[in-house]
Amino acid sequence: MSFRRIEKKLISGKRLSPQDAVELYRSDDIFGLGLLADARARELNGDRVYFVRNRHINPTNICINRCRFCAFSRSRGEDGAYEMTMDDIMRRASECGPDTRELHIVGGLHPDWPFSFYTDMLGGIKSRFPHLHIKAFTAVEIDYLTKLSGLGLRKTINALIDAGLGSMPGGGAEILGQGVRRKICPEKVSGARWIEVMRAAHKAGLKTNATMLYGHVEKIEDRVDHMLKLRELQDETGGFNAFIPLAYQPENTRMDGGSRTSAFDDLKTIAVARLFLDNFPHIKAYWVMLGVKIAQIALSFGADDMDGTVIEEKIAHMAGGSSPEAMEIGALADLIRRAGKTPVERNAVYNPVERKRSTTTATDSRAYE
Amino acid sequence: MSKPVTETGRITRKDALSLLKNAPLLELGRMADDVRKKLHRGKTVTFVIDRNINYTNICINRCRFCAYFRDAGHPESYLLSREAIFEKIAETVALGGTQILLQGGLHPDLNIEYFENLFSAIKSRFDVNLHALSAPEIFYIAKQSGLSVPKTLARLKAAGLGSIPGAGAEILSDRVREAISPNKIKTAQWLGVMEAAHRQGIRSTATMMFGSGEEPDDIIAHLDAIRKLQDKTGGFTAFIPWTFQPSNTDIDIRPATGADYLRVLALSRVYLDNIANIQASWVTQGIKMAELSLRFGANDLGSTMIEENVVAAAGVSYRVSMEELVEAAHNAGFRAAQRDTFYKIIKRF
Repeated sequence: MSFRRIEKKLISGKRLSPQDAVELYRSDDIFGLGLLADARARELNGDRVYFVRNRHINPTNICINRCRFCAFSRSRGEDGAYEMTMDDIMRRASECGPDTRELHIVGGLHPDWPFSFYTDMLGGIKSRFPHLHIKAFTAVEIDYLTKLSGLGLRKTINALIDAGLGSMPGGGAEILGQGVRRKICPEKVSGARWIEVMRAAHKAGLKTNATMLYGHVEKIEDRVDHMLKLRELQDETGGFNAFIPLAYQPENTRMDGGSRTSAFDDLKTIAVARLFLDNFPHIKAYWVMLGVKIAQIALSFGADDMDGTVIEEKIAHMAGGSSPEAMEIGALADLIRRAGKTPVERNAVYNPVERKRSTTTATDSRAYE
Repeated sequence: MSKPVTETGRITRKDALSLLKNAPLLELGRMADDVRKKLHRGKTVTFVIDRNINYTNICINRCRFCAYFRDAGHPESYLLSREAIFEKIAETVALGGTQILLQGGLHPDLNIEYFENLFSAIKSRFDVNLHALSAPEIFYIAKQSGLSVPKTLARLKAAGLGSIPGAGAEILSDRVREAISPNKIKTAQWLGVMEAAHRQGIRSTATMMFGSGEEPDDIIAHLDAIRKLQDKTGGFTAFIPWTFQPSNTDIDIRPATGADYLRVLALSRVYLDNIANIQASWVTQGIKMAELSLRFGANDLGSTMIEENVVAAAGVSYRVSMEELVEAAHNAGFRAAQRDTFYKIIKRF
């Protein structure tokens, strides 16, 4: 199937319709699709591909939601349930070297922790490690924290910002359409509420990401509808940094059957997102979910960000994700270069990091030749 | 930039080098996909059910890139008994297997009689193709037995050798061979064994192991050597590029990435216009990359490899089932089919 019509539309600067996005998804011309998306990525970001030195902290997997697709969550007292103490969290933050730019903190909706636990955590980290940018709490957690604080959405977000919150990740979006949510995560906030929280965060001045969990029960049309909702909010607020498609990992979840996503589905999703989400500055190939090899190939299909070193990620790995647990910075930069792109280290909000030569190791400097 | 091979005839070495170095991944992929479509008009992707049996890990070559070999007398060295080999073959046949990939180290105590006896014993017991002994093994057996290579091949064929795996080729560039496997036979000898085999009607595959420190020139030299020999003999059934796995070896190098793999795979399809089949290497790349390979020049998923030891020793342990191979073919838009060693379809899925 040819998409000359869509190509013409893109060349003349017209926006793709949801029908166009579905048509691109259905095409088997992966080369044409990839080249279109790559051209668009180059318009926006040149040949730059971003990465960040980051560390994940998942303070607890105890969660009142128990979404069916999730292999991470546990109920209190269940085998494998854990909760970190404040000291555990501070110790992990203290393990970050001076070059770490971002702490990524997301976890379950813990039934007992008070709102003050979260503000204390943010404040404690910022007072001891002021160089760390804290990217924390999905929209689902923010909704929950709003209930804990009793302050309402806007004031809750402001209290978190005052305590040290720097930006928000994009998790919990899954598929925003309610029909799909009812099947895979009936306890979770609605798609409309997810959007509402993000709108409030953007209006409070926070940058956020947006994810999409795909490859389970949803149809292509559900994915495009999801992206449309994100595009509309981005038109309104401009608060999204990156769109991050997350391939569903079928192992260890409580959903029946299901299979891994195909490589073609992964790459088409990246490419369609790059073309359809014309107002998103960045599309992320999250190697933890895609696997390192497919994430690298995604850099030819419109992705311009590979996330980062991702030390101690638990959520995807508990779902049977087979990617390594962390990636050395030189290896990450090497992958980007061998994909024909230029590696650029960024901070949490996509500003390039000024590098001090004296602090780079031999491996690092090789990566920047 | 060169034009697609199918419009202008053969791609030259110069153009191939330029493509390998400069062409965007997706341009190269599209070119390879077009060549694959012309050569394989049906929407079929094939695989073979087989087992890798490594009869010994004792090897005098001691290649620097190899994590599998042991010296004789080492506590982990072994030589499989005939009974152990028969049992593995019986299991393979029970699983629908049609091929035994029998390879091992260069064991100083095994001469041609050992292999003749083993092969005829296998053939008298099992209806299975013996895809056995890489070119370095054949060369070594000839030397140890005081025979010429053609005479050795003739005797092995008479005993039941059906076809020859393309292993031991590594990179057919003596500069690189000297660096990574100084004791292994050189390019001319590897090609000489293959030519002698093809002339006796013994068909073979050809492999290329890249990512061990070679230059793009070396890759092109390898492809060109294979293409030239194929012009002479037509004996290669398939070409299999795969990537060097550095763990547990003597070579400290960052492994070839997925993009490197797809580039070389695609270029192989474009360059080797006289070899019908290109195999994807799920063993070194994983099943998702193998699936993607089917649009970057590959038309075959290799084998189920019921048992694979050598790559696993170098730290890579992908395992797939037949169902996963069928799924990979479907995901890429093809129908899967089980084939025999010579690419005859046995069963469609």
